[in-house]
Amino acid sequence: MIYLDYNATAPMKLAVKRCVIDALDVSGNPSSIHSSGRSARALVEKARGEIASSFGVSHENIIFTSGATEANTLALAGTKRRRILVSGVEHLSVLEAVGNVEKIAVDQSGLVCPEHLETLLRHDANSVLVSIMLANNETGVIQPIAELARIAHEYGALFHCDAVQAPGRIPLHMAGLGVDMMTLSAHKIGGPKGIGALFLAPGVEFASILNGGGQERGRRGGTENVPAIAGFGVAASHVNEMLNNVGHIARLRDGMEQTILEHVPEVVMHGHNAPRLVNTSLFGVEGVSAETQVIALDLSGIAISSGSACSSGKVAPSHVLRAMGLSESMSTSSVRVSIGVETKEEEIARFIDAWVSILKMIKRQVDAA
Amino acid sequence: MTDEPIYLDYQATTPVDPRVRDVMLPWFDEMYGNPHSSDHAYGWAAEQAVEDARVHIAELIGAKPNEITFTSGATEANNLAVKGTVRAIKPDRNHVVTCATEHKCVLESCARLEREGLTVTILPVEKNGLLDLELLESSLSERTALVSIMAVNNEIGVIQPLTEIARLCARVGALFHTDAAQAVAKMPIDVNVMGIDLLSISAHKLYGPMGIGALYVRQKPKIEIEPLLDGGGQERGLRSGTVPAPLAIGFGEACRLGSEYISEEAERITLLRDQFLEQIFDSLDDVKLNGDLGKRIPGNLNLSFPDIDAQDLMMRLPNIALSSGSACTTSSVASSHVLQSIGVEKRLLHNAIRIGFGRFTVEKEVNFAAKEIIQAVLSLRNVSQVYEKN
Repeated sequence: MIYLDYNATAPMKLAVKRCVIDALDVSGNPSSIHSSGRSARALVEKARGEIASSFGVSHENIIFTSGATEANTLALAGTKRRRILVSGVEHLSVLEAVGNVEKIAVDQSGLVCPEHLETLLRHDANSVLVSIMLANNETGVIQPIAELARIAHEYGALFHCDAVQAPGRIPLHMAGLGVDMMTLSAHKIGGPKGIGALFLAPGVEFASILNGGGQERGRRGGTENVPAIAGFGVAASHVNEMLNNVGHIARLRDGMEQTILEHVPEVVMHGHNAPRLVNTSLFGVEGVSAETQVIALDLSGIAISSGSACSSGKVAPSHVLRAMGLSESMSTSSVRVSIGVETKEEEIARFIDAWVSILKMIKRQVDAA
Repeated sequence: MTDEPIYLDYQATTPVDPRVRDVMLPWFDEMYGNPHSSDHAYGWAAEQAVEDARVHIAELIGAKPNEITFTSGATEANNLAVKGTVRAIKPDRNHVVTCATEHKCVLESCARLEREGLTVTILPVEKNGLLDLELLESSLSERTALVSIMAVNNEIGVIQPLTEIARLCARVGALFHTDAAQAVAKMPIDVNVMGIDLLSISAHKLYGPMGIGALYVRQKPKIEIEPLLDGGGQERGLRSGTVPAPLAIGFGEACRLGSEYISEEAERITLLRDQFLEQIFDSLDDVKLNGDLGKRIPGNLNLSFPDIDAQDLMMRLPNIALSSGSACTTSSVASSHVLQSIGVEKRLLHNAIRIGFGRFTVEKEVNFAAKEIIQAVLSLRNVSQVYEKN
């Protein structure tokens, strides 16, 4: 199986796996004061330190959650802001976190229009939270977060950033970005599933949505997921070395896109001209169903996706492409290839061959019908 | 003896069963598909294994697989059950009933609902820790939306009369939720026989991994719930977020083992517990058992030593991992709201220890722990007598 779906989830790193497995044998609850409990607590706090130093956040401002969905919900619901502005290309966990969000327009590349954000803020800046993702999961397009956060702060708004797709692909430093809250997920960076975090800038007021035993300084109840947190820490300590592979991954992706354009000139590459993550490519040919492409490729032993994994099975058009102004038919015709450090050149070549022949086959069927 | 302390804190968390661990391991690497990427084979394999796990969990409590929603743990399941149902129910049902010995996450969820304008009744319990059913009955009305009463208390191990509570709830059309984190796999539970509408489970209290739990929600008749976490629409929209496949699969295996061993394990642990208790009572005067002994899960004891500070006692027992109450609050050394609720005098609130036995507890450890505790208590009593004389 050739795996080209790294934006859905990345394989767990060996060092992470070892750490998680070892931690499964630590039987204490980190809130217990006996030595078993203290061993568990030590694992949690070690990981917190690793994450703090990797992402430029102070350790007491890291709230461990069950993943990015929970962290995003916590961010949007926990600050009790009256008005919430989000971009139309956000992950569904942001778009649907609270009842009524207002959408900030994006351009054809999927980039947020700073002018529109400013217009919305000028209109009413009372108790506002702005939430904009760092890199889009479908297109890989990178938003100018530092600039957008600066605009939000000029109007006294809080700024949250879903940075799930960024670590290991672009340098990521929370203090440097100047955001008030930031979401990360472990399983996108070779860590375990079932763990994520919300980072807070110093002094951000915050109310929990999971009420409970007072863990995480009262900001998130529930026994800490010790092995997963330990694994998250190890994965975080590797993000900077992941950046060394960016050149290799970029060459693979760019070579792939070029070959595809040569073979299939009518292909549309989304977000092609905007700053993008080097590992992500979203493209399609009008009228050729993404679902059909994905299933045919799967039968050839290649795993890609038709956009965000969460909505697969529902065969809904990509809300990201819709927000970028593309037609409904184009929004159901695009597939995503996302590459990781383990991806080999031959695998990309095999994908291109398979995809081009599948595309020709589907088009023949469509033409014949 | 190894350096590892004897672990007698099974209500705080249980060790992961090695068989559970083995089932989880392959899912940490080879099969790393996101179970929701249902378009490709990696995703399919993960999805199938997660669905098999759901079947095992359902079977352990007599539910159907589509009635099981994965959560990050019992805290989230309790939050979802209490706040999610009440927020989705008709506004004329604006009353919630719970009891004073519930886990903090239920009490705090109820407090949140109260701040949102609902009426919350917190019932007291009797001296043995059990609910007074007549009192419950008199608190219920046509306005009651939800009753949330835990199956087994995490500090004193007592089992509430679930079937009777469910019957009273049904009479007024109220939903019945039970936090069964300490009960599942420790005692037989059948949601249909008992009439339970919602039930919370935690994997790490039944020899599964931390970071995962589940909420059972009755499907017939269907119960409306407002999700806490929105997003990708996983778990039929009830709980968004990628289901962590290795954790879910480990949870399933833990439940499968639970079904297999539930009765023989209960019998074995009861014998160990009784043996422990006998040694304590034979050697020490003035020890009080908190909570009913008969209506209690086998693996829990909670003992008060009226003249001894629990922290001092635990300091003298460095080779034994036990606790002075719920793990969530032990770090903060706050006094136990459970012991307060069963009428333990204020000056005695810091004199209790909780001892939890479980699957990996062996006779030798129980005897060693009993001996150590007896010695520690006797020597502390000596010290305090000397102190008093001077």
